[in-house]
Amino acid sequence: MLSKIVRTVANQLILFILVFGLYVIAHGHITPGGGFQGGAVIVSGVVMLLVAFSSHELKKSLRERTLSIVESSGAIIFAVLAFAGIGTVFFYNFLVGTPIFGGVPDPGPGPGNIWTGGVIPLMNFAVGLKVIAGLSAVVLAIALFSSGEEVEE
Amino acid sequence: MEHIPLNFPFLAAALLVGISFYIIIFKKNLIKLIMGIAMLASGVNLFLVSLGYRAGGVAPIYTDVPEGPMVLSVPQALTLTSIVINVAVLALMLTMVIRIYRHTGSLDSEKSRKMKG
Amino acid sequence: MRQVIGLIVLLVLVVFLVSGVLLIHPFGYPDASDMDDYIIENAQEETGSNNVVAAVLFDYRGLDTLGEATILFTAVTGVLLLLRTLKRKEESS
Repeated sequence: MLSKIVRTVANQLILFILVFGLYVIAHGHITPGGGFQGGAVIVSGVVMLLVAFSSHELKKSLRERTLSIVESSGAIIFAVLAFAGIGTVFFYNFLVGTPIFGGVPDPGPGPGNIWTGGVIPLMNFAVGLKVIAGLSAVVLAIALFSSGEEVEE
Repeated sequence: MEHIPLNFPFLAAALLVGISFYIIIFKKNLIKLIMGIAMLASGVNLFLVSLGYRAGGVAPIYTDVPEGPMVLSVPQALTLTSIVINVAVLALMLTMVIRIYRHTGSLDSEKSRKMKG
Repeated sequence: MRQVIGLIVLLVLVVFLVSGVLLIHPFGYPDASDMDDYIIENAQEETGSNNVVAAVLFDYRGLDTLGEATILFTAVTGVLLLLRTLKRKEESS
């Protein structure tokens, strides 16, 4: 565990990193970005918390059962969205034209509208959840194994 | 139509792959082998991205785009997939090296080659 | 002996790589771009998104993204399986 100044600054900075990461995930169909890139940004914030507080302290907040449930639900949501348009073809974009995230932008260059894209923003959220939970679990497991021999259930 | 002499970005990617082949063939330390594999992945990603470049091109996104032809978009999607797969494989390799070091006590690849009971 | 064989293999591979790189299309002028031209033209009205790379990743080539998510899941499971310490083995011995 590092000194009090580092711990206070890390407590304040994690909020801005979380907001920026969620912005990159949510605007994946308008600006460059998407599920994988936003997930990597948030995992780098978790690694900053792991360095400021020791892994012994972080183990009480990020339990392994919660991370496992979140990652599995991200994968299940992705598979359900892929199978939902099976009437035409596998991975069919069935939400273009309907009121939920339907809407087609004007052809050619121009400012983007967030209520477009069909099934793409929902898939971005599913993949973002999967990447965050998976990589956080890996980093936490390696840090716990090499510092102290704790029992992991 | 001015051509870049010797196809320089492709040559740089081929040199990266060649140096990583030298590391994988001749070095014995396990950590150096893992670094060689990571360098091989970087060379392949650079080659894949620079295959789809158009001279004077812009990024293939329609929001506030400047003038010019758009670069090819499928190689960029394939490179994203390749980067994520390389991260996953690298994590798995590093945990295996941690277990080998706990079990045999040395990082030499010659000592942990024979399969004992 | 092993060093000589390694050196010959390395030389053959490097000559093959460099000569292959000098023979493909000049940098900046790709010649087989019919599929990408179709995707850049029709991505906005078929999928409804401004980002062509996201449309390619999740709509035109969604099966590759499904395979990549599976690889991520398998790697995370493998890492969490390798880093377990059981305390029961020390108590019984």
